[in-house]
Formats: sequence, C-alpha cells, structure tokens
Amino acid sequence: MPAVELPVQKWPGRIHEVTLGGNGRKKVVVGGEATLPFLHFEGAIPHRPAIAIEVHDRNPAEWAENLRQVWGSALKSPAAWAKKASELGADLIALRLSSAHPENGNTGAEAAKKNVAQVLEAVDLPVIVLGPEVAEKDNEVLMAAAEAARGQRLAIGDCMEKNYRTIAAACIANGHVAIGKTPIEINLAKQLNILISDVGVSRDAILMDPTTGALGYGLEYSYSVMERLRLAGLQGDAMTAMPMICTVGEEAWRQKEARVSEGVPTTWGQAKERAILWEGITAISLLEAGADIVVLRHPRSVELARATIDKLMAGAGQRSA
Amino acid sequence: MPLSGIEIYKLLPKSNCKECKFPTCLAFAMKLAQKQAELSACPYVSEEAKQALDAAARPPIRLVTVGANPKSFQVGNEVVLFRHEKTFYHPTALVVRVSDSDSADSIANRVKEATTYTVERVGHNMGLQGIAIQNKSGDKAAFARCAQQVQSLTDLPLMLMASDPGTMEAALEKAAAQKPLLYAATRDNWQPMAALAKKYQCPVAICEPGGLQPLSDLTEQVSKTGVEDIVLDPGVRDFNGSLVSLTQIRRLALKSNFRPLGYPVITFPSEAASSLEEEALLAGQQIAKYASIVVLDHFSPEMVYPLLTLRMNIYTDPQKPIQVTPGVYPFGNPKPTSPLLVTTNFSLTYFSVAGEVESSGFPSWLMVTDTEGLSVLTSWAAGKFDAPKIAKTVKEFKISEMVSHQSLILPGAVAVLRGELEEELSGWKVMVGPRDAVDIGSYLKRSWTS
Ligand code: SF4
Repeated sequence: MPAVELPVQKWPGRIHEVTLGGNGRKKVVVGGEATLPFLHFEGAIPHRPAIAIEVHDRNPAEWAENLRQVWGSALKSPAAWAKKASELGADLIALRLSSAHPENGNTGAEAAKKNVAQVLEAVDLPVIVLGPEVAEKDNEVLMAAAEAARGQRLAIGDCMEKNYRTIAAACIANGHVAIGKTPIEINLAKQLNILISDVGVSRDAILMDPTTGALGYGLEYSYSVMERLRLAGLQGDAMTAMPMICTVGEEAWRQKEARVSEGVPTTWGQAKERAILWEGITAISLLEAGADIVVLRHPRSVELARATIDKLMAGAGQRSA
Repeated sequence: MPLSGIEIYKLLPKSNCKECKFPTCLAFAMKLAQKQAELSACPYVSEEAKQALDAAARPPIRLVTVGANPKSFQVGNEVVLFRHEKTFYHPTALVVRVSDSDSADSIANRVKEATTYTVERVGHNMGLQGIAIQNKSGDKAAFARCAQQVQSLTDLPLMLMASDPGTMEAALEKAAAQKPLLYAATRDNWQPMAALAKKYQCPVAICEPGGLQPLSDLTEQVSKTGVEDIVLDPGVRDFNGSLVSLTQIRRLALKSNFRPLGYPVITFPSEAASSLEEEALLAGQQIAKYASIVVLDHFSPEMVYPLLTLRMNIYTDPQKPIQVTPGVYPFGNPKPTSPLLVTTNFSLTYFSVAGEVESSGFPSWLMVTDTEGLSVLTSWAAGKFDAPKIAKTVKEFKISEMVSHQSLILPGAVAVLRGELEEELSGWKVMVGPRDAVDIGSYLKRSWTS
C-alpha cells in the first residue's frame, strides 16, 4: 500500500504582528501567522483572529430595523453602545465617526475628540477609529482622534491613495496603527503598504483592508484577493504580509438579503435568520481566506463567529493532523 | 499528472523503426507529451507502457457521476487548491438527508421541499442536488420502503446510507436504476459493499475515520476490486479537523499526485454543529474548502439560499466573471417619475451600484448595458460602453415607455459620453452621476427632483 506522506509546505515568510491597545488598556495582537489560515499542523498561528463590533458616533437611522432593535437604546450614545458591545464579547470596538459625513451632520474635530474619548473611557478594549470615508473629513476627524487618543495604540483608517500621508503621519506622531484601504486588487494593496511605509510607519503598525465584498456581492473577489495577498506574504513578500481587516457587517448589512423582510421571494426564507447567516457566512469565508480582524454588527453573528474561531483554533499547538 | 517527453520515451521500444512516421522514438515521445500524436501510432508499444500512459493521463481527482440522467450531478476533477489559480470546476453538491425512521409524511414533505426548491440569482437558477436516505431504523424492509417512497417523489439523485450490505441491497433492488451513491464502505464491510457497487454499477463512498493512511489503504483495496467511482469520507467532522483533512486530501491528490486519495470528498456538517446556523457555517467552510458533496440535515430556505449564493461565488470562473443579464431592473417599486441610472453588466459593478441604489431609499430604475462583463472604465476604454451602445439599449428595452422624465444618469467616470449621448437620444436629458457607487445615495438626494 502506498504510504501517505502528508504534504507540509515550508513558508519562508511570516505575517507581521500588530499590537493594538496596551498601556493600561487590554491588548490584542493580530497577525504572526506562519501558515495559511488555521492549518496548525504546518506552522504557528500565534494569535486568533479578532472580532470587532461596529459602533457609530450617531444613531444610525438607516440601519436595518432588525439591527436597531437588538442594540436598542445603546444606539443613542457611542459610549453606551461600546459598553454593550464589550459585554457581548467584542475583542475590539470599531468606532465609525459617521457623524462627520457632510450628510450626517458634518461634525468636526471637536466632536470626534469627544466621541473617541468617551468610547475609550467606557471600555477597556482596544479601539479602531474609522472616518466617514470622505477624504477631507477623514483627515480632519482622524487627526483629531489620533491626538485625543495619544498613546492608546488605536487602529486608524482608512488611509486611501489620496490621503494616506496625513493619516499615516498622525499615526506615527501619536503611536497608532494605520489601516490602508484599497479596492479589491492585490497590486494596489501592496502599493499602498509601500507608500504608508515610506511615510515612516513601521511594519508592525499597518493593517490592510483589501475591501470587503459581501456574500453574493463580490465576495469571491475579496476572497481570492485575500488568498493571494496571504500567499504572497507567506512566500516572503514583506509588503503584502500585513494582517487584514474586513468590514463584514457594513457590507453584509448593506444588501437587500440582510435588510429587507417584505416583498422578497419566499425562497429567501425567514428574514432574521437569513440576515445573520448573510453576515456570518461572509465573515467565516473571509476568515478562512486570511482575515485577521472582522468588523461585525449583529450580536448573534458575533457569537457565531466567536464559536467558529474557537473551533478553528482548537488545533493550535497540535503539530500533526 | 502528465508525463514529460523523456518519461514517455523510457516507456517506448527505443528501436527507432519510424513506423509511427517520426524519425525516432524520442521525437514521437516529445509529440506525445505535447498531445500532438496518438500512442496508437506505434504498433510496438507494450501493454505496460500503455497502462502507465493511461494512468498518467487520468485526472488527479476522479470525476464521479451520481444519479442517472436527466438529473445526475458530477463532482471531482478539480485541478487547483486556490480558485484564482484557474477555477473550481464542479460545484459542491448540496444533499438533504431524510431518515427511514421518520414518518412517511414528514419524509414526503422534506423531499418535496428539497426537490422543488429553486432560487434565482443574476439570471441563474440554483437548487439542491440530491436526497440522502439514512437507515436509522435498522430495519431492512423499512429502508427499502423508504427508498422506494423517496424515489417516487423526486427526480433528484439519491444517496443510500446503510452500514449493513443486506439492507443496502434491499434498497438497491428498488432504486439501482437511479445510480445512487452508496454510503458507505468501511473497514468492516468493504468487501460486500464494493461487490454491490460493482454489481449495480453505482458510485460508493468510503468512510474511514482512523486517518488518511487507513483511508488510503481502504480505498486501494476497494479500487482493486474494479470499483473506480469512489467518494471519500475522512470521517473528521469538526471545523478544524475538516479543514485540515480536506486540505490534505486535495494537496495529496494535486501536489503529490497521490492516486489512492484522488477522489471527491463528502462531508456531514450537522454532525459537528449545535445549531442550524452552525451547520450552515460549517457547510460554508466546506463549500469553499474542498468538499464535493455536503449532506445537510436541515433544510430551510434561509439557510440554503446563502449557501447556494456562496457556492455560486466560489465556483465562478475568475477569468469569466458572472455577467448580469442586460435589461432594466426595478428597485423599491419605481414609478415612471423615478430616476433611471445606467451601468454595465459586470457583476461586481452591477452589485455595487445596485447595493447603493437599494440603500439610497429612492425607488429607481437601473439599466444594465451589455458590456460583455467589463466594468465601466474598462468597457469604455475597450469601446464596449459608448454612446451608440447606451442609446441602443435605451431603445431596445423601450425605456421611454417606462420613464416619463426622459432623463438618465450616467456613471461619473464616463461623463465624456454626455454630449454624444444627447445627440444619439434626441429629447433625452443626460445627467452625470457620481464616479463612485458609494456616492449614489447622496447624489440622488442632491440632484434628483422628479
Ligand atoms: S513506431 Fe514505435 S518503436 Fe517505431 S520509432 Fe515510432 S515510437 Fe519508436
């Protein structure tokens, strides 16, 4: 009988380790993988992927009713929301400063400082701060957030091609981690990592967001770009070896399948459960493609993702299969 | 794995007799390696060489057919570990399990539901592939009866699950014509099971939870009896174990060209799940990571629809992205006064635009132009998204009868087309929308007054 020789691949590279929080605050380390996701028999996976819960600095009226209901009155203040998220098992809080968007209040630096400070006060978890994704406003509020949270080692984003300099510089000056976001393309992701590094951000302070496509809405593109980035990183390309963050909740809950309960085909099934699986399956698929941080919205998806990560990490430490 | 010219040369007579019409055996071998010659051109080739060449030409993962026409499904014959390296060819078959200890009514309901379930996505209809029948009763007659009942209710391929060969044969006597998948040959029953697979010409699953070596040994034994249509069950159920063992099987087959494990793999996600959601997530993992058949114990549309969507995503050929059928798509019950936006039929472009239109809160029309699956800028650069093409689409779908305002919103990235398009479509007003889909909501808020 032919003998089975289990193929074990030797990877010359390793994903950079990035630490968030610390300095009195809880610490979360992501990255450091020496093999593909959850293949513990082949190489070390020193840190489990982290789950961030998305919190806004305003009550998001546009959110699906189903989501608004589960968060209830916590939606009224970012501090209360973050606190509840922490109780529900978040590893990280992802604070989106959406009130700075010109159409959602156009708030400025002062509001950003105040909201970031309140969230930092309310929880002892590390915090990710995201701008409204309008370049000028991002610069304004993210700089303010970076200064207000000096030394707290936030992750701050997104650095995009047009405004990475300002945000990256604010991260260096205040000891934070920069998130670079590029539109589902491996070379653009690598290019932005190089640009951010050239500004002076060290490799252990960059996360990349290769842009999330939700289930049914471009998931396969994100999935393959992430697999390719991870393979390139493990093959030794240091400029693709950044840990990856995916805004799963935002993308999944944008879609009709998660948001709409009436006037859709009966073959879509019951709305609440469908929405959770839409977010959950997007999350798990991208975790298996290499995501190090998934940003989620629904508490049940968080619970499911956590249980799944527990099980996928269960083989850690074992060196044979 | 294909042989090189030199490897083939070693198998030839090396007499250079030229009867193959090539000057030397080596020249002939080189042409064979390039698939520009047929082995039959050499009259002196040995039986042994023939077999070796045949074996080398076999795909590293066997293509297995389950069921009889017209509704059979095929799994296996995959060639890559990562979809971006080429594509995944044979989508994971989703099979729903019933048990012969359930009441006839509940079996009938489940089977009918699973058989008739179909859901449409970007012009493609998706459904389930088969019904598995579990011999839970331990009773031979009940199993055979159940197989007969299920067979009368569905044209989907069947999978018969019994560990006792006598029980299996009782059901096969009723259902063999449908070429069901037999589950499973194990270390205890493999001889009679393999004999049944041979006698009834059915594919058979081999289950050996003791590790890949024992699984491989058992597969070798079964295949030596002449059974070739094999499906593997490594018996590992949990998230990590399943990921690891399915990855290893796929790597062994593709990277090590290890024949005894070169078969499609079957999984049972519910056996490691504590809820329907968990079953769905594990099934999702297995669709992406190397399961060819996934047996579900629950059937509900809200679980199956996301899984079918995931399967479509993962099995889409990365070189040939899904194209959306050109036409006019309504969002949120639009009226003749609602805005009309124009985009291309590249699925990702369509989905990002559709998602933003959907969440903008404006009931709208979205006109999808046939750009052969290219995005806005790429198709514009390639001359496949120009003013005449857009004008033609407007006319083809009789859009002037659908909207009363006779204006359309062009993607901002192709603002240059505006003048020409207004000439092509006399009486129409061409508006320039945002460059990025994310800005559609704010654009409509700002610019749309019906
Ligand atoms: S016919 Fe066969 S033996 Fe003769 S030259 Fe061709 S390959 Fe060689």
